[in-house]
Amino acid sequence: MSFDIAIEHRIGTRDVSLQLQSGNPLVALVGPSGAGKTTALNCIAGLLRPDQGRIAIGGTTLFDSEAGIDLQPEARRCGYVFQDSRLFPHLTVKQNLAYGSRFADPGTEWISQQEVADLLDIGDLLGRRPQTLSGGEERRVAIGRALLCAPHFLLLDEPLASLDAERARQVLTCIERIRDEMELPILLVSHDRAEIARLTETVVSIADT
Amino acid sequence: MIAPLSPAEWEVIGLSLKVSLVAVTLTLPIAYALAWLLARRRFPGRVLLDALVHLPLVVPPVVTGYVLLLLFGRTGPVGQWLEASLGVSLVFRWTGAALAAAVMALPLMVRAMRLSIEAVDRRLVGAARTLGASRWQAFRTITLPLSIPGVMAGTVLGFARSIGEFGATITFVSNIPGETRTLPLAIYSALQVPGTDIAVARLAVLAVLLSLGALLLSEWLVRRSLGKDSHVL
Repeated sequence: MSFDIAIEHRIGTRDVSLQLQSGNPLVALVGPSGAGKTTALNCIAGLLRPDQGRIAIGGTTLFDSEAGIDLQPEARRCGYVFQDSRLFPHLTVKQNLAYGSRFADPGTEWISQQEVADLLDIGDLLGRRPQTLSGGEERRVAIGRALLCAPHFLLLDEPLASLDAERARQVLTCIERIRDEMELPILLVSHDRAEIARLTETVVSIADT
Repeated sequence: MIAPLSPAEWEVIGLSLKVSLVAVTLTLPIAYALAWLLARRRFPGRVLLDALVHLPLVVPPVVTGYVLLLLFGRTGPVGQWLEASLGVSLVFRWTGAALAAAVMALPLMVRAMRLSIEAVDRRLVGAARTLGASRWQAFRTITLPLSIPGVMAGTVLGFARSIGEFGATITFVSNIPGETRTLPLAIYSALQVPGTDIAVARLAVLAVLLSLGALLLSEWLVRRSLGKDSHVL
């Protein structure tokens, strides 16, 4: 089972709830704006603690309120591509890309910096600072950084937003390659129906109550 | 007016620098830890701690010196303990002057550092955690380097405040030439004696130059470490 998730989390007066059981390695998460898609991703990444429920991905239990399991974010090993990139402003692109690999166990990386640079066409940006990048460049570096931390699963929050059509197509191909070659569970938040249709048949809708 | 510095003036400058450098160096880690606690943690007594840290900023310095005397004097609880266990006495010593300067500099240092820690986007720390960094590693690689301008600014402010410290010092450790007579105390002493206008003016110019030098040095350090667009002032 790639995903076995059932969580409830209350923010203010809003209840966010996600039910997801799927053997498909790539699942798309949809729902109206403000329904709590990013909240759900933050819960899975360990940045937020759900009020109750259980999160297991790829057979590993990350959180279980009944069993008292709550792994720290760094122990969950997720490659999280945030909606707002969140590159480290004091580091160069190269240092941003390498940030996660220093904490990864040696030999667990499944892609090299060179491969990531080629795949995302960011080889020319390595010496630059995030402040000097365009929106699309920033996004590609953020995706590269997530791939390079030797993740056990990927959380992609609108990964193709702010990319031009050609670049979006390339990143989409890259996601397909990861899906097919790495057998890595991927949870993707997207608004783009065509993008979802191309990547997966498993679509889960998040509802707030 | 423009003559080489006399040995007595060198002594005053040397003592002021020694007192201020020791005060700021020892206060730096404490100030940063307090700044981080106040910026990032919510705990019972936080408001009280905040108020205590800032107290020397609003209480008359003489009162701060008096409290130090009560606590660290020969008969004070901390003073007695220091003397009995370590053989250290702070009263009438330059180390006492450094302690007074440190207490007076602390609020300014904490304020500057706290502001810069608060300005570090916590979401970046979250991103670092998801990439595999522990709490401590995320602090060391994200929060600390991004708050360096505040550390620099706080250190300079603290140093300038230490150089200028007068009230708490004279109350706690008196005004002893060569031991506790720092620049402001030397100016005060010279003012008590008629016909010392030039001596006072020379010391005042030295005080301005020392403080200005500290500001320019820190500005240069920040630019060198963070790029020419960054500044501490």
